[in-house]
Amino acid sequence: MKIGVFICHCGENIGRTVDCPRVSKACQWLPGVEVSLDYKYMCSDPGQNMIKDEIRKKKLDAIVVGSCSPHMHEKTFRKAAVDAGINPFLVEIANLREHCSWVHDDIDAATDKAIDLVRMAVEKVKRNQPLTTIEVPVTKRTLVIGGGIAGIQAALDVANAGYEVVLVEKEPSIGGHMSQLSETFPTLDCSQCILTPRMVEVYQHPKIKLMTYSEVEKVEGFIGNFTVTIRKKARHIDESKCTGCGLCTTKCPVKKKAFNSFEENLAYRPAVYVPFPQAVPNIPVIDETVCTYYKTGKCQMCVKVCGREAISFDQQDTLVTEEIGAIIVATGYKLYNIEKKPEGSMIKGYGEYGYGKYKDVVDGLQFERIASASGPTSGEFKRPSDGKEPKKIVFIQCVGSRDDSKGFSYCSKICCMYTAKHAMLYKHKVHDGEAYVFYMDIRSGGKMYEEFVRRAIEEDGVKYIRGRVSKITEKNGKYIVKGEDTLASMPIEIDADMVVLATAMIAQTEASELAQTIGIPYDKYGFYNEAHPKLRPIESTTGGVFLAGACQSPKDIPESVAMASAAAAKAMVLFGSDKLEREPVVAKVNELFCAGCFLCKKVCPYGAVEVKEMKDRNGVVYKEIAYVNEGLCQGCGTCTASCPSKSIELAGFNNEEVFAQIAAL
Amino acid sequence: MKVGYFPGCSQTGTAKEYDISLRKVVEKLGTSFDEIKDWTCCGATSAHVTNHMLASALAMRNIMLAEQQGLDDIVAPCAACYNRLVVSQHETMTQPALKTEVEAVLDTKLNKEIKVMNLIELFQKIGKEKISENKTFDIKNIKAACYYGCLLVRPSSITHFDDAEQPSSMEELVELAGAKTVDWNYKVECCGAAHTLARRDIVLDLSKKIIDDARDHGANVLVVACPMCHSNLDMRQRAMKRAYPGHKEFPVLFLTELLGLALGMKEKELGIDKHTIEFNYKELAAEKAAV
Repeated sequence: MKIGVFICHCGENIGRTVDCPRVSKACQWLPGVEVSLDYKYMCSDPGQNMIKDEIRKKKLDAIVVGSCSPHMHEKTFRKAAVDAGINPFLVEIANLREHCSWVHDDIDAATDKAIDLVRMAVEKVKRNQPLTTIEVPVTKRTLVIGGGIAGIQAALDVANAGYEVVLVEKEPSIGGHMSQLSETFPTLDCSQCILTPRMVEVYQHPKIKLMTYSEVEKVEGFIGNFTVTIRKKARHIDESKCTGCGLCTTKCPVKKKAFNSFEENLAYRPAVYVPFPQAVPNIPVIDETVCTYYKTGKCQMCVKVCGREAISFDQQDTLVTEEIGAIIVATGYKLYNIEKKPEGSMIKGYGEYGYGKYKDVVDGLQFERIASASGPTSGEFKRPSDGKEPKKIVFIQCVGSRDDSKGFSYCSKICCMYTAKHAMLYKHKVHDGEAYVFYMDIRSGGKMYEEFVRRAIEEDGVKYIRGRVSKITEKNGKYIVKGEDTLASMPIEIDADMVVLATAMIAQTEASELAQTIGIPYDKYGFYNEAHPKLRPIESTTGGVFLAGACQSPKDIPESVAMASAAAAKAMVLFGSDKLEREPVVAKVNELFCAGCFLCKKVCPYGAVEVKEMKDRNGVVYKEIAYVNEGLCQGCGTCTASCPSKSIELAGFNNEEVFAQIAAL
Repeated sequence: MKVGYFPGCSQTGTAKEYDISLRKVVEKLGTSFDEIKDWTCCGATSAHVTNHMLASALAMRNIMLAEQQGLDDIVAPCAACYNRLVVSQHETMTQPALKTEVEAVLDTKLNKEIKVMNLIELFQKIGKEKISENKTFDIKNIKAACYYGCLLVRPSSITHFDDAEQPSSMEELVELAGAKTVDWNYKVECCGAAHTLARRDIVLDLSKKIIDDARDHGANVLVVACPMCHSNLDMRQRAMKRAYPGHKEFPVLFLTELLGLALGMKEKELGIDKHTIEFNYKELAAEKAAV
């Protein structure tokens, strides 16, 4: 076997601490090495040409490149090798930059280490097998989970490119949190006005199959080839008959039994309801838990008034199966409410703010509803307890965010902006009102964001106080807010009519369950993890599953929309070809040796190991063994390390190759 | 049932009535005390602000005595004693270096963790239902503002007792005794504590706020479980009157005294006559009837 060794100086990156000519000279004498050269920039065109020429001239069988991390240029050198007629998997990279020159100072020692690294790579490449890329077919349909602004944007982008989309939303209507907002920063345009046209577009789009009041129950398969089971929850309304006239919702006698969650529990809703007037689809849902019929078997007022006989009390949940190629997860966030947390919860809760016992201490979304023209107060500022106009409002930022002792460590990112907006909206309507904001830092990075906050302070006279609030107490209908003004180094006490808490954005309640259903990782807070924080922020580590919006971390609308469009683009990249190519670095089971203990199945983080039945010629199963689904396997090697009989091996990293590499050290 | 008892210095002096009423109530509920023999200072205030080692060793000496006496759990009715004993035991048992040092000072090995209870935990152990079962006198005219002060519930990570900001365990006991309770704001605020000697003005200010808030929320009695709080809230009301003309007297009872009333004991029997601000249930009831 003839091996070529090529040592790159990487300008001065490697050359400064590693004596590259000495490395290439030393490697010349390694067994099997035909040629060993060094060059200033191996990744440049002349460098690559040098490799190609040597391969052709010396009829090399395999090459080792001593350069930067394989993350950077493995592809480049593999391509050069392929051009010169070598299998791309007969190229090994010795990482002389990240693993050597960048982390050492001593030139002699670093050079010795570099020689070791190259020698190890030479021993491995000698044993490397030529591999061929795996091809898998692609179903060109996208599943979007979550119908908030991120999900809507992603669905529209994919559908407008001509691919089919299934949009699943667990609530009766799409729109998400954005539909609850009054105005949006930094332009103060009405949230519903800009959102509802998009919602309608989704509803009418011929390429989008909208499934509201539905939840993803099971995800099987792999990139390009998912089979997804969706539970369509019983609405108890026949969607094909309902015209959305709303007569049932107005005549329903159940008035004060269920809180209206769209109004953030500031109002009630009937048993048969649409979440809000602009709901899409405009088809009501019957809430079994409060409907009189389900309790007593009587009433049926909705049946009487419905002219279309659309009420269907005995409707059941149905399961729908969809073939899907790419999944975009856009399940959004939840706002932390300050009610007392159960034992063992990560959040300790804010007893000093009353655990939600004060009616006029509201959270950010509740204040959005109060400020909204479509809200329970029709946009007039009235406080929940007695309906009076508050003349003094205190806004408290970072409730639950940036608080290691009582809440979460992370910054919820949007609160500085929406608090400035809240205070501004209030001052615009209540001219003689006073607005105070308690803040830790004002974090207003973003286009026109800082200007927006300055406007709140300078033009609208919102009073910003740097410090935390230690206690809220109630006295004669006023809320005594005790805090500290850290810039003046003084305790401060404000008798407010109302207090707005900018509570933390947290992961959805069932975020971790959904992650487990799909098979994507999530962090300790329940936010979904991206494959790389900088360079792969849209992809999850599971192939074909992309993330959009606040399910990944707290985000505002523009960021969510941008991420959604990016996720759509990622899905479309997948659909660009009919077959998917992927690296053949996957595990393979030796069927003769596998004893069927399935330890590999237990440890596989990607669910790629399946059970395969071995049958004799009569079709009788004589043993069950492990089988690796090539589409799902990510080549992590956990199974090979755990297999007690060493009967599962990772292509490109088999035991012989790895042991030879270690032995060469 | 027998429970270890660590009285602490207040019970023998300024809060004698706390000791009297506690012993009587506990006896009535069928429990007896096994007082720690030769107990000493818990290390409160003067020790723990000057010398950490001294504070730990003083507290742990009492824990050591309890262990030697074969006790599994002890009650420290004074909130400051309770806090010192719980915190010192936690620190000593979780920090090996400190434990070695304390053991060297005490010249003994500390083997077991003693469960240190505050007053409320004591009644929870005895059985809350026993209060209602043994109730013989109706005290429904009492509207109590239950005051926990700063030490009973803190630090919550060590005491693991009730909610540090919105506690409710004392209310439960008071209601079982037949009195009413009010929801108010100053349950866990500071009374000024030991500042009573050096900066009386601070204590007067803080304690007056507590009394005023209790009254504003409809209470007619403050109920406490700490001798320090009691002396600030009760004994300092005369000075409060001089500093804040117009201040109206407001009775402050120990929780044990309130329970004692419900269990049929008389004010004098419980030592309530030792208070600066007089309290007589009959007068309170008559006053309420007049209003």
